[in-house]
Amino acid sequence: MTEKAKKPSRSNRFSHCCLPIQIINSTIEMVKPGKLPSGKTEIPFEFPLHMKGNKVLYETYHGVFVNIQYTLRCDMRRSLLAKDLTKTCEFIVHSLSQKGKPMPSPVDFTITPETLQNVKERASLPKFLIRGHLSSTNCIITQPLTGELVVENADAAVKSIELQLVRVETCGCAEGYARDATEIQNIQIADGDVCRGLPIPIYMVFPRLFTCPTLETTNFKVEFEVNIVVLLHDDHLITENFPLKLCRM
Amino acid sequence: MFLCQYACILSLYSCFLRHARSRNYVSESEVCKLESVPLDFGDYHPLKPITVTESKTKKMNRKGSTSSTSSSSSSSMLDPLSSVLDGTDPLSLFAAAADPVTTTATMDSTRKKRDKDDSPAVGSDFEPWSSKRGEILARYTTTEKLSINLYMGSEKGKAATTGSAVSEKVRTRLEELDDLEEGSQKELLNLTQQDYMNRIEELNQSLKDAWSSDQKVKALKIVIQCSKLLSDTTVIQFYPSKFVLITDILDTFGKLVYERIQSMCVDNRVSLPDNFSPECVNDTAKETCLNWFFKIASIRELIPRFYVEAAILKCNKFLSKTGISECLPRLTSMIRGIGDPLVAVYARAYLCRVGMEVAPQLKESLNKNFFDFLLTFKQIHGDTVQNQLIVQCVEIPLYLTLYSPAIDWILQCIAYRAPEILLTEMMERCKKLGNNALLLNSVMSAFRAEFIAARSMDFIGMIKECDESGFPKHLLFRSLGLNLALADPPENDCLQILNEAWKVITKLKNPQDYINCAEVWVEYTCRHFTKREVNTVLADVIKHMTPDRAFEDAYPQLQSIIQKVITYIYDFSLLFSVEKFLPFLDMFQKESVRVEVCKCIMESFIKHQQESTKDPVILNALLHICKTMHDSVNALTLEDEKRMLAALINGFIKMVSFGRDFEQQLSFYVEARSTFCNLEPVLVQLIHSVNQLAMETRKVMKGNHSRKTAAFVRACVAFCFITIPSLSSIFTRLNLYLHSGQVALANQCLSQADAFFKAAVSLVPEVPKMISVDGKMRPSDAFLLEFLCNFFSTLLVVPDHPEQGVLFLVRGLLNVIQDYTWEDNSDDKIRIYTNVLHLLSAMTQEAYIYHVDKVDSNDTLYGGDSKFLAEINKLCETVIAQILDHLKTLGKEETLKRQSQLALYFFNTILAHGDLRNNKLNQLSVNLWNLAQKHGFADTKTMVKTLEYIKRRSNQPEMSHFTDLALRLPLQSRT
Repeated sequence: MTEKAKKPSRSNRFSHCCLPIQIINSTIEMVKPGKLPSGKTEIPFEFPLHMKGNKVLYETYHGVFVNIQYTLRCDMRRSLLAKDLTKTCEFIVHSLSQKGKPMPSPVDFTITPETLQNVKERASLPKFLIRGHLSSTNCIITQPLTGELVVENADAAVKSIELQLVRVETCGCAEGYARDATEIQNIQIADGDVCRGLPIPIYMVFPRLFTCPTLETTNFKVEFEVNIVVLLHDDHLITENFPLKLCRM
Repeated sequence: MFLCQYACILSLYSCFLRHARSRNYVSESEVCKLESVPLDFGDYHPLKPITVTESKTKKMNRKGSTSSTSSSSSSSMLDPLSSVLDGTDPLSLFAAAADPVTTTATMDSTRKKRDKDDSPAVGSDFEPWSSKRGEILARYTTTEKLSINLYMGSEKGKAATTGSAVSEKVRTRLEELDDLEEGSQKELLNLTQQDYMNRIEELNQSLKDAWSSDQKVKALKIVIQCSKLLSDTTVIQFYPSKFVLITDILDTFGKLVYERIQSMCVDNRVSLPDNFSPECVNDTAKETCLNWFFKIASIRELIPRFYVEAAILKCNKFLSKTGISECLPRLTSMIRGIGDPLVAVYARAYLCRVGMEVAPQLKESLNKNFFDFLLTFKQIHGDTVQNQLIVQCVEIPLYLTLYSPAIDWILQCIAYRAPEILLTEMMERCKKLGNNALLLNSVMSAFRAEFIAARSMDFIGMIKECDESGFPKHLLFRSLGLNLALADPPENDCLQILNEAWKVITKLKNPQDYINCAEVWVEYTCRHFTKREVNTVLADVIKHMTPDRAFEDAYPQLQSIIQKVITYIYDFSLLFSVEKFLPFLDMFQKESVRVEVCKCIMESFIKHQQESTKDPVILNALLHICKTMHDSVNALTLEDEKRMLAALINGFIKMVSFGRDFEQQLSFYVEARSTFCNLEPVLVQLIHSVNQLAMETRKVMKGNHSRKTAAFVRACVAFCFITIPSLSSIFTRLNLYLHSGQVALANQCLSQADAFFKAAVSLVPEVPKMISVDGKMRPSDAFLLEFLCNFFSTLLVVPDHPEQGVLFLVRGLLNVIQDYTWEDNSDDKIRIYTNVLHLLSAMTQEAYIYHVDKVDSNDTLYGGDSKFLAEINKLCETVIAQILDHLKTLGKEETLKRQSQLALYFFNTILAHGDLRNNKLNQLSVNLWNLAQKHGFADTKTMVKTLEYIKRRSNQPEMSHFTDLALRLPLQSRT
C-alpha cells in the first residue's frame, strides 16, 4: 500500500491569459506495499516543501482572481478487486515573519469640499471639514489598523462613517495586465450625526483568510487599500483612499 | 362453637358493673406518678430554645458547601431540623436567593461563580443592576405601537436604503453573519409594549435553544440582530426599557460564550481555578476565543459590534492578562462614533455595567466614559436631536428624563467607594455645564447619601438656579428628598432645608408632581421633626390633593405617606393626636385602598403596642379603622382576606383592657360584637374574651361571688349563650358550648351550665359527615370522637338537675349517639360506648377523681345511694349489650381484624375498670382475650405486653387475683 502526498498547485485564472501554475509537487511513499493490521492505523509522515525550480513559496491566499492553494492528497492503491481510495485536503502556508520592523508611516489627512476630486458641482456640496490621521500605512497583518478622525464641522448631518478595506488584484501576462478591486471588509466607525470636534477612533482588524501580506511578483500582484467613506445625510458620499502595505511580523 | 362462645359472653355482661372496681384515686396517683427529678436549669433541656447562629447565608449559597454552619447553644445536641436543612433554613435560603448581590442570573451555578468573581471589589453595598431593571421597566413605558425589524434574511432589500458604500455582491458575502435563517426577513409592526417584550423574550429563548443545539452561528446572529434594535430610537420614551430587555439577551450571550470556553479548559476533569492566568488556558480554547473576537470584529455596523464585543468582554481573560484593561478604553472611545446622544449614553452605561462586573478595579474607563459624555452633552440641544423630538412629539423635559437611568448608573459606578475628592470634582464639572439639572439629578441619585446630605443647602441653591424649561425641577427635589431620607444633613440646617424645599414643593401646580415630591419629603419630616411639623405637612398634602379629587390618582403615594408616618410615629396616642391624621385617612375613598391602609395601621399597632390600652382616643380611632375593615367584607371577599382582617381585629381586641373596670370591658365587648358581627373569628375571640373575663372575676373574688359579681358573671355567660348560635361552624359551636359551660360551672351558674350542655347535646345530631378543614373535605368522625370524649369527661362533675332524672345529660347524649347516623363500616360508636363505660365506672366511685371548686357533684349529692348505682348499672348493661352485639356482627371474614381490635380494647377497659374478682367478669375477659386472638389478627407484641402488665399488677396488694387471670390467658403463637 502506498500513500502519495502532495500535489500543490497555484491556479491563476484570470482573463484567458494565465493558466494555473504549479509551483510545488512532491510525492513520498508512506508505507511499503503489504497488509495493514486491522483496526485504526496512524501513519506519521513529514516532508520538506521544496519549490519547483526557482519558484517562491507564497502564503496561502484565496482571492477572486488570484488563488494560492496548497493541497495534500493521499492515495491508497489496493488490489485489483477493490477500488483505490483517495482523500484530499487543503493546508495553509504562512510565510515566516519578515526580518526587521516595518517603518511606521503615519498619514495625516484633511477632507474638505476642495480636496475632493471628480466632483461635478462643487457649489452644491455642503461645507465640511474632516481631519484625521492613520497611525501607519505599513501595517502588520495581525495588528489592527488604527488612527483617529475628527469631524471639525459639517453643515449637513453625518449619517455614517465607514472604513472600507479593498483588495486589488493585478494580473500581468503577455497581452498586458488586468486589475480588479474588491471590497473585503466594511466597518462602520460612526453611526449618526457625531459630535463635532470629538476624535473618533479608527480601528479595524484585518480579516483572516481574506488578507495576506502585500504580494508583488512578476506575474501578479495582491495589494490592499483602505477607503474612509463619509456618508452625509443628503446622500453625499465622500471617499478618501489610502494604499496600505501589509506584512507579517 | 363461635355461637356458643358469644352466648357465653352475652350471658356474662350483666355482671360487669356490679363489680366495677372501686378506686382510691389519691393513692393510685401516688403510685403511678412519675418519679420527680429535680431540674437543674443550667442543664440542657430538649424544649429549651436553641439559638441557631447563622453565619452569613450568602457564603453558604456561594460555596454550596455541605458543612453545617449552625451551632446550637447546647453543644451536647444538634437540632435535628437544622441538621437536616444543612444549617440553612429554607427561608433564609430564599432570602439569600433574593439577595440583591446575586443577580438575576438564570443558572445557579453561574450565579455562584459570578458572586465569587465580584466579591473582591464589589461588595453588597453596590446596588446591582438587577435592582434597577425592574424600576426602569416600570417607569419607561409607552402606549405607542412598536416594531421589530429583524433582517434575518439576506440584506439585499436593505442595501438601497442604508446607502452605505458597499457593493452588492460583497455585502451578501460579508453579511452572511446577519442571516438568521436564510431568506427569513422579519418585520413585526404594530406591536404593543407587551407584545414587544414577549418577542424579545422569545428571542432570548431562541438564543438559548440555538446555543444548546450547537448552532453557535445562529446564536451570534440573533444577538447581532437584537443589538441592532438599540440603534433604533423611534418611540423614544420606550428606549430605556428596550435597553434593559436587550441587554438581558446580551448578558445571556456573554455568559454562554464564557462558560463554553471555560468548559474547554477543563483538563483531566480539573476545571480552571477562579483566578486562572491565561497560561493555564489550552490552545483550543484560546483559538475558539480568538475566533469569537475575529467574528465580532468583522460585524459591519458600529452599534452591534460594540454591544456584542462588550458582552463577551470577560472572555479576554482567556487570552491575556491585560486584555480587559486594553479593551475597555478602546470600547470607551469607540462609543464616540455613536451619533445619537441617547444611544451613546446607554452604550456607556452598558460598558460601565460590564466593566464593573468583570474588572471593577479599572476605574479610569468609568471616569472617561463620564467625561466623554460631558463632552457630547451639548449635542442634546443640537438640531438633529431637536428635529427628532419634534417628529416624535416629545417634550424636552420628558426627553431629558430618559437619560436618567443611564447617567445614574454611570455615576453610581464611579461613585462606588470613590474618594470624596473625586466626587467633588465630578460635581464641579457638572456645575460648569449649562442646564445641569439632568446631571445634578443623577449626581444626587448616584452619589452616597451622606455626601449629598452634608451639602444639602448647596444643592438647594443649585436646584433653584436651574433653568425652568429643562429637566423637571420637582424631580430634583424628589432626588434630594430621597437622599435626606437616608442620611442626616448637618443638624443646624435641618429646619431650613425643610422650609426651603417645602416652599418650592407647595407651589407645584400639578398634583402628580406635587405628591411625588411630598411623598419623599414626609419621611424627612417624620425623621427629624415633631408631630407639629408632621401635622403641617399632612395638612398641606390634604390641601393640595382635595381639589378636583386629585387624591384619586395618587393613592399609592398617599398610602406610602401613611406608611412612613406610622413607621416613625408608632406611639399610637401620639399618632392620633396629630390632628390631620384622621382627615388624611378620609382621602382614601376607594374602598380597597382604604382597607389596605387600615390594615397597615392595624399591623403597626399590633407590632408596636406593648401594653393593653384604654385610651379613649386610640379606642375610638381604631374601632373606626377596624369597622372600616370589617365593613369591607362582603360575599365576594376571599377566605384568606377575611382571616387576615379577623386576625388584625382580634389583635386589637386583645389589646383593649379597662383594668379592674370589668363592666366597662364587657360593654366594650358587646359593642365590638355588634360592630364586627360578620367576621366569625372575631366573634369567637369575643366569646373567649368574655369567658376569660368571667374567670378573671372569679379569680378576683377568689371563687366567692358576691351578689353583684354573680350577676355580672351571669351577664357574661348570657353574652356567650346568645353569641354562639350565630356561628356557622358546627364544631366551633360545640366546643364553645362545652367551654362556656365549663366556665359557667366554674362560676357556680349551674342552670346556665346545664343550658350550655343541653344545647351541645342537641347540636350533636347536626354534625355533618364531612367537614371542610383548610379547604379540604375531611370526614368529621375523628373530631366528633374527640369532642364527645371531652364532653363525657366534663359530664362527670356536672351535678344532676333536681327536676330531671338521674344522669339526665349522659342519657340524653347516649340517645343522641344512638340515633346519630354513623359511617357504615366504622367502630366509632362502639369506641364511644367503651369510653362511656369509663365514665360510668368513674361515677360509681365514692369520691370522684376531680371536682369543680364550690360545686357539689353527684358523689356528694347522692352519697353512693344504691338507687343511683342501680341506675348506672342499668345504663352499663345497655351499653355492654350494644358492644357485644356489635362484636358479634363483626364475625365476618373481612371484619375479623376490627373485631380483634375492638375485643382487645374492651378487654383493656374491663382490666382497668372492672373488678375481676368476680368470676363472671373474669370469664368475660378471658373470652374477650381469646376472641381477640382467635383469628390471628392480634398483634403478638401487644398481647405479650398486656400479659406482662397483668403479671406485674398481680404483685401489688389486693391484686393477687390477677395471677390466676394471667394463668387463664393463653398466648397464641402466630404459627
